[in-house]
Amino acid sequence: MSNIKKAFENGKAFIPFITCGDPSLEITEKIVYAMERAGADLIELGIPFSDPTAEGPVISGANLRALSTGATTDKIFDLVRKLRRTVKVPMVFMTYANVVFSYGAERFIKTCSEIGIDGLILPDIPFEEKGEFDNICKQYGLDLISMVAPTSHERISRIAAEARGFIYCVSSLGVTGTRKDITTDIGGMVELAKAANNIPCAVGFGISTPEQARQIAQFADGIIVGSAIVKLCAEYGTECVPHIEAYVRIMKQAIRELS
Amino acid sequence: MMKGRYGIHGGQYIPETLMNAILELEEAYNRYKDDPEFNEELRKLLNEYAGRPSRLYYAEHMTEDLGGAKIYLKREDLNHTGSHKINNVIGQLLLAARMGKTRIIAETGAGQHGVATATVAAMMGMECEIFMGEEDTKRQALNVYRMRLLGAKVNEVTSGTATLKDAVSETFREWTSRIDDTHYCLGSVMGPHPFPEIVRNFQAVIGKEIKAQIMEKEGRLPDAVIACVGGGSNAIGAFYDFIPDEKVQLIGCEAAGRGIDTLDTAATINIGRPGIFHGMKSYFCQDEYGQISPVYSISAGLDYPGIGPEHAYLHDIHRAEYVPITDNEAVEAFEYLSRVEGIIPAIESAHAVAYAMKKVPEMKRDQIVVINISGRGDKDCAAIARYRGEDLHE
Repeated sequence: MSNIKKAFENGKAFIPFITCGDPSLEITEKIVYAMERAGADLIELGIPFSDPTAEGPVISGANLRALSTGATTDKIFDLVRKLRRTVKVPMVFMTYANVVFSYGAERFIKTCSEIGIDGLILPDIPFEEKGEFDNICKQYGLDLISMVAPTSHERISRIAAEARGFIYCVSSLGVTGTRKDITTDIGGMVELAKAANNIPCAVGFGISTPEQARQIAQFADGIIVGSAIVKLCAEYGTECVPHIEAYVRIMKQAIRELS
Repeated sequence: MMKGRYGIHGGQYIPETLMNAILELEEAYNRYKDDPEFNEELRKLLNEYAGRPSRLYYAEHMTEDLGGAKIYLKREDLNHTGSHKINNVIGQLLLAARMGKTRIIAETGAGQHGVATATVAAMMGMECEIFMGEEDTKRQALNVYRMRLLGAKVNEVTSGTATLKDAVSETFREWTSRIDDTHYCLGSVMGPHPFPEIVRNFQAVIGKEIKAQIMEKEGRLPDAVIACVGGGSNAIGAFYDFIPDEKVQLIGCEAAGRGIDTLDTAATINIGRPGIFHGMKSYFCQDEYGQISPVYSISAGLDYPGIGPEHAYLHDIHRAEYVPITDNEAVEAFEYLSRVEGIIPAIESAHAVAYAMKKVPEMKRDQIVVINISGRGDKDCAAIARYRGEDLHE
């Protein structure tokens, strides 16, 4: 069991995402400190990939910006080493299978465990393909996070039964990006997952406002927000840190008191 | 071998949101692949609508000119819509209709798969949307018009390098957002299982026909079958029936662009290494951190940083050989076949012709090679003219 469970001990968890290297690795470092200060319970660090097929235009753009500034897997490992001197909240990497596979899955996951990464989210690794990564994660004490989607239906129980850390519930069809309305029966999805395995369920995809967060957090243990934060990076560039800090604070406040 | 695996290659590396759609497709395919009614309908459309079987033409003038092995051309360029792509599209759309899907989405590079998909969708009364890299819509403007004429909506993809790989990514993104009524008609032997198997089986008609036709004309199997490879659907179609015939050499011709020692290349087997992308494990052109390379070829249809998993496997077990052909070699072959045989091949297929021009003179006169002419070259004339410095625009 990794540190991830700690993220869910402080009321409903707020889980912000950021793409490492957008606008620069120096700013990413400052963003992470600011997120922790503002009450983030777990931080999702994106390692950029050239062709992020599960992302909408906002996070795709961040991936390309980060790569163009020279962010690489090794430099991001160095960033995490530095962050871990002070940052206490759990951190997970979100990236694509090829980034891990091409680095050497064992070499990648072993390094994650040495530098204090608690888990791994790989959106292009479904249940059927998780073995080759999950077995190594288990060996090194990382949680490979399982995802369930609105189309998962009867697959939810099977996926949840083997899930570790938390379950990432995808709120809507489609790719990442903010949405005005989320119509999926989140409650039903979480209920099915919980029936198979009583571990925290966090909901992501499409959430941007405190109202949405509050509404969805009624049914879940945490809220994941990516695009709305990445938009602030795109809009404010090197000046984005205070804006992100203020946003994370408002979002955490919106869900903190729900139980 | 495990389901959907070709040695270490293949698999189903896709977001959870698409898993049930993929499993449903697999189930439907397994239900219908041996269904007599389905196969009769498929056969009828392939023959009556697409114009099969395609001819196996003895290229007498090329044979005499090169002075080596006897050359036969498998004329997939004579199919309706001008390429082999329609074989797969008819199969997949019949399947999609049986699955209750009413809307078809597809990627296209050169536009051949897009045109074939728009064509069959029009004939079957299905809604159709094509995703094509913005760069390719410029290179292949005529095909864009053709697709619109056929009633399809063409979406220009501006992300990444705005070529085939980005069109594939965008079509997967679109499918993730609308699954219930939509089938993704993937155009090559790539992507997650079951696509590589489905597309290969629908294209295997090429090799089956070659075998029957060459037996009738020559009474024996060829010494080599040569085809161009991007994702690899025409090549696997031509190769598949010959895989057990170990004396038949199988040669895939990759697009080397400006050369495999330059960055402007798309020769995946020659410069790539194993990776996971677009739903499959296979070889990919990528950097040391697994970032997919922005590949290049004069041919929009071969301009792809990966290769189908079954080709990756045939390479691993040394059953097929994959050779690089440069833009320049392909353009020369394009002009050569036009001049010598009066057949204008697609610039993709010209890569296979180019390798034959190197190999055939070294072979004996009693040997036989078959080149798969996967498509016709009308679509390429303006681009090749410009490559040769002529100011020709469509």
